[in-house]
Formats: sequence, C-alpha cells, structure tokens
Amino acid sequence: MTPPTAPIATTTAPVRFATNPATGPAPGPGGGLARLARETWILTRRSLTRIRNEPETLSDVTIQPVMFTLLFAYVFGSAINLGGPFGGTAAYHEYLIAGLFGLTVIGTLAGTAVGMTADMETGLIDRFRSLPISRSAVLAGRTVSDLVTNVLGLAVTAATGLAIGWRIHTGPVDALAALGLVLLLSYAVSWAGVCMGMVFRSAEAAQQAAFIIFLPLGFVSNAFVPTSGMPGWLQAFANWNPVSAVAASCRNLFGNPNPASSIDAWPMQHPEAYTVLWAIGVVAVFAPVAVYLYRRRARS
Amino acid sequence: MDLNGNAAIRVRNLHKAYGGHDAVHGVSFDVAPGEVFGFLGPNGAGKTTTIEILEGYRARTAGDVRVLGVDPGKPTRRWRERIGLVLQECELDPNLTVRETVGLFASFYPSPLRVDETIELSGLGDQAGSRVGALSGGQKRRVDVALGIVGDPDLIFLDEPTTGFDPSARRGAWAMIDGLRRLGKTIFLTTHYMDEVQHLADRIAILRAGELVAVGSVDEIGAGLQADAVIRFRLPGGITADDVGAVVARPVELADDIVRIRCPDPQPVLYRLTTWAEGTHRLDGLEVLRPTLEDMFLALTTARAEHG
Repeated sequence: MTPPTAPIATTTAPVRFATNPATGPAPGPGGGLARLARETWILTRRSLTRIRNEPETLSDVTIQPVMFTLLFAYVFGSAINLGGPFGGTAAYHEYLIAGLFGLTVIGTLAGTAVGMTADMETGLIDRFRSLPISRSAVLAGRTVSDLVTNVLGLAVTAATGLAIGWRIHTGPVDALAALGLVLLLSYAVSWAGVCMGMVFRSAEAAQQAAFIIFLPLGFVSNAFVPTSGMPGWLQAFANWNPVSAVAASCRNLFGNPNPASSIDAWPMQHPEAYTVLWAIGVVAVFAPVAVYLYRRRARS
Repeated sequence: MDLNGNAAIRVRNLHKAYGGHDAVHGVSFDVAPGEVFGFLGPNGAGKTTTIEILEGYRARTAGDVRVLGVDPGKPTRRWRERIGLVLQECELDPNLTVRETVGLFASFYPSPLRVDETIELSGLGDQAGSRVGALSGGQKRRVDVALGIVGDPDLIFLDEPTTGFDPSARRGAWAMIDGLRRLGKTIFLTTHYMDEVQHLADRIAILRAGELVAVGSVDEIGAGLQADAVIRFRLPGGITADDVGAVVARPVELADDIVRIRCPDPQPVLYRLTTWAEGTHRLDGLEVLRPTLEDMFLALTTARAEHG
C-alpha cells in the first residue's frame, strides 16, 4: 500500500522515444524461427507452471489412464477373446495397451480444446495479442504443453500396462518409434483442439463437442476389439480410422498381438505410414485455420 | 511519418461504425511525445472503442490513425515492443503467482524493467509470491498496471487504471504515473475520475456520443466554457438576499441561509461585497468556488445532449 514513488524516481532507464523507430527491418528467417521457438517455449512453460500450481488438473493424464486400463483389462477384457492364436486374457492385456495409446491421441482433442477455451474465457489469450510475440507462438505454446502432458499420460498408461502383464517384445528403437507415432498424431490433433477452443465459447461446449468426436473415433476402431467382428460398413470405417492405425502401429512395433495385420486395407497394411500422413494432413489443415481464427479476433 | 518533434498519437477523422451506427464519428486529435493525455467521456461515448483502435485491438471504419508513427491496424513487432497496455478488463491466469505473471510478460520484451522492481513499483511488493487468483480486485488491477509497464514502453495506454482502488492506492498510482511521466513516457489515460485527469493530465479530450466536444488543457477548456465561479457565504442576520443583490449588482441565489453568487470574474464582486460588509456584517464561511473539471465535464456532456 506504500505509494511507490521512490523506486521509479531512481530508475535510470533511458528514454528511447526518438531514437528507437518503431518500423525496424524485419527479422531474417533464421532469427524469426529461433524467436518463435523461444516464445513458444516461454508460453509452454507458462502452461506447465500453471499445472504445477494446480496439479489436480492433471487427473485426465494420471488417474484416468489407470482407470481406463483397469476397466478394460478386467471388466470388458474378461469377456473379450481375440480368437485364433491370440486367445486368452494375457493376450488381451498385451493387445489393450496399444489401443489405449490410440485413445490418447483422440483424447487430446478435448484436452486442448478445454485448455484453450479456459484461456480464451479469461481474456489472457487476448491480452497476449498486445505483446511483441508471434501469433503462432501463443497457439504453439498451448499445443506443446499438451504434448508434454500427453507424455505423462502415456507413461502412466505404460506403467499400468506393465503392472498387468503387458510387455514390449522388441527393442528400444521400435518402442520409441511407437511412442513417437502416438505423440506425433496427438500433437497434430491438438491443433484441431485449438480450433475447437476458439470456435466454442465455453469449456463445457467444447468438451461436449469433443466427446461427440471422441466416441466414434475412439471406439469404432481396433483400439479395444478387433474390427473383424463388426458389420461390413463399420469395418471399413474402423480400418481407415487413424486411431486404428496408431494402435496397429504400436502393436507391430511393440511385438504385441496385432490381428489387423491380416486385414486387406491399405491403412492396416501400412499403419505407420498412414499415421504419419494423417499427422501431416491434420497439421496442414488446422494449424493455419487456428492462426487465422486467432488473427480474426482482432478485426471485429 | 517521422517522430522528430511530431505527435506520438495522431488521429484524423476517425470513424467506427457498428451495423450502420457510428460509435465514433469524425474524431481528430494529437498527443505529443511525453504528454499525459486524459480521455474522458460518459459511458457509451466511444472511449473504449477509440482506445482499442489505438491499441490495435479493433479495426476502424475510416480515418487516419498513427501511433508512434505506425498504423495500429498493421502492427509490427517493434511497435508492440514500445507500447504498454493496461486494459479495462483483463482476467489473468489465477494459478500463476504475481512474480510468474510479470516475469512471463517481461520475457517477451527486448529490454524490460526488472521484474521485482516493477512489482515493487506497482505497490505489490508483499504479494509477489501470491497467486493472482488470491488477490483482491484492486491488487489485480495493480498487476495489470505492472504488466503494462514491465516492457519499459514509450507509450502507455491506461484504460481506467485506478478503478477499484482505495484512496491511498489511487494516490500511489498517481505517484507512479507521475514517475512514468518524468521518465518521458507518453501516457494515454482514460478515466471517469475527474480529479484524476485534473491531477495527472497535461491535456484532455472530452468525448460525447462519438464526437469530441473539447480538446485542450484543463485551463483552456475552462476558459472556453466561461464557466462561472461561485461566491458563497452565510447570509448575515437582518439582511435579505435582495440587499446583497443590490450591493453586488448581480442575481443572488439563497438556499438554507447560504447565499450563492455566480460570476465570471469574482474579484470585483468580492471587493464590493467585502467593502460593504467591512465593520458591519460578518460573512461566515466566505469562499470562492472555481469551476471544477467535473463541472466542465457535466456542462459539456449534458448541455449539448439536450440539443442533440
């Protein structure tokens, strides 16, 4: 409450009004990229600091994966038999974890959309628009911090999986490649989440819309059951669903049972390539749309 | 436009229409470098629309605007580095501490003020480690002010910076704004506290229904208005208001034994009054009330409203 007169009187910051023209030369492309990376990192740290100060917001990547894993392993899994050479509960536990990794990808949509609407609702994102930072950095900061929380979610799922008998039967390179594919497509999806966060006005609305997308993409896939038992038209959707491709890639790379390898659909024969194509496609569409939506807010 | 001795803000014939209705209608003014410019107007006059156009938050319909020589509709990064904003409504991340929040904003500027110094300056020294969500409304406002100045900008927009402050906090904020002025900062200030612009502003502009009704120093606007001073005292016993009116040769108002005489120049009236009263009557509570900015503001914004 003390009137803060003394400190400013002793500040000797130079008055730069006349000597610092506002229209300087544009930064070179290299400098621009380095600055974008630096700004993105600062804003990522902002989101992560926020999580550190309120760790209960992390339940969707800590408690939730444990519950999902146990629910599917012991409730639904008890009645699911993959059939043929993959019969038995142990085989289903091996099958399940890659499916949950696939679910993480599509779950990112809601996570990012809700985080984004929360930031929009407070006006903080609007406040950032006045700062000397790149528009993309504000959005990239959001997506990168969601990437970090997704790493945590995957680690929790993997640890729970190890506890119930899931194993990686290949080497560390294959295992890391599988995790890399999951994170790649998750990161791409979070750009779609940014768009949703800016289109919907409240976190509740964004959450509901994301859930409507989450249900068919998450469950009409090979994440939890092989697609061969589904009706034909549903099989086609499931086999071309990128969530199926992520799960099939992980099963291949972990050496887990992968019945989809015998399905005669291009994405199931080349799930890794299909996943990468989806990631590129999603970023190519949604990142520019997200930046456009953010810029447009200034024009009203 | 170059900046050598020219305006920090130049606005010419600014228009902003919302669906056919002009919220801002042909506004023109200049703000000189190093000046504290007060922007006044009743609610709905177009103050916030104008300041948001200057800040680059809102597109204009027509007119020419230059802020530090740059069109705020086409902002550059260098331009943003030199502008500091204190927005009217800004919710900050409640889960970050004051130091984390100010530090975050500081990290985007090439030569920011020191974070702890800025927090101290804004009167938040004791709250540096508190979460923003735990602060009172006035303390949050001070965080806004800290964020507006931490980049060491040349031009600072303060949109109602002391709303919600208690009187001593307002004095503190005024001292801080005075300090910023001494550093040569240009300050564009909107407020609905008349004493605030009277205390702080070198010049003021008064906006009514999207148009400027006055621009100038407080004294200039007062002179242009020819607002009357008021001489006031308690009516002495045995004297009527008409007696007083005869002495001063002016109309006299009387209410609850208090005499009020309106006059453009109080000196000759006071002379007649005191000469007449000398040795015979006591003029209890004698005082001369100069027109305040509030009086001018009301005169400007209500008198014309009756015509419009």
